[in-house]
Amino acid sequence: MGRVFILGLTLAAIWLLLSGYFDKPLLLGFGVASVATSLYLARRAGVVDEEGAPFGLFPRILGYWAWLGGEIAKANLAVARRALALEPKLSPRLIRVPMTQRTNAGRATFANSITLTPGTVSVDLEPDRILVHALADEFADEAGIAAIGARVAQAEGAGRRAVVAEGAQ
Amino acid sequence: MTDGFLDLALVRDLASWALFIVGSAGVAIGAVGIVRFPDFYTRLHAAGVTDTAGAELIILAMMLQAPNWLVVAKLAFIGFFLFFTSPVATHAIAHAAWVSGLKPLLGPELKRESE
Repeated sequence: MGRVFILGLTLAAIWLLLSGYFDKPLLLGFGVASVATSLYLARRAGVVDEEGAPFGLFPRILGYWAWLGGEIAKANLAVARRALALEPKLSPRLIRVPMTQRTNAGRATFANSITLTPGTVSVDLEPDRILVHALADEFADEAGIAAIGARVAQAEGAGRRAVVAEGAQ
Repeated sequence: MTDGFLDLALVRDLASWALFIVGSAGVAIGAVGIVRFPDFYTRLHAAGVTDTAGAELIILAMMLQAPNWLVVAKLAFIGFFLFFTSPVATHAIAHAAWVSGLKPLLGPELKRESE
């Protein structure tokens, strides 16, 4: 029920910011009705869970995104240098990185982070590993990518997570 | 804010133009990389530069030019959703290529070998 409440607040905020109507009672009423309809349908479809509305990742995920932004900037420079170099000196590799996240939302965040960082793309998911294509040796840094995964697992929060992570190592 | 040496509008224009130029360079470099890199998987990495540095920096630059906070919020939504959808799209086509059996070129010699 708490999850539905937070989802409702989020939808209402998005409706207000996208429409820009703050003082037209009729339109605000329609907004409330549309938020309520969306909530009803989402509950009926059974998607308001840890995967469909992963609010458990907040607020820790915000710090993670800021850190990831810095990593993306660094990787962008490295890939841009290769795109413009006279001899790009590529050395593509396929590597497998362990996936220690507890939740599906956390795993999706990890795989997305790998793809979002230029120089590495997640190609395939195995039960507890991700197959990553790396542009060159310097991007095929398994320890570095596993460190990203550890930060995602940290953002997922404590609890059962710690046990899973230790078991996987 | 209206006149004087440190004109806020001027600072905003300078910052947003710098971001526009760097972001456009990111888009262009990504395009150059797509042409120059040797195979499908390596080209995805070049497209990643356009997706991240290019798109997000240009959106940041547009936020600095926005006439009011509502427009800033809408641009922030666009940036936020791009942040999630572009890697999903990249993964979808990479995974489709992998599943359909396209082998990447590997190693410094760029040989096409089975894994």
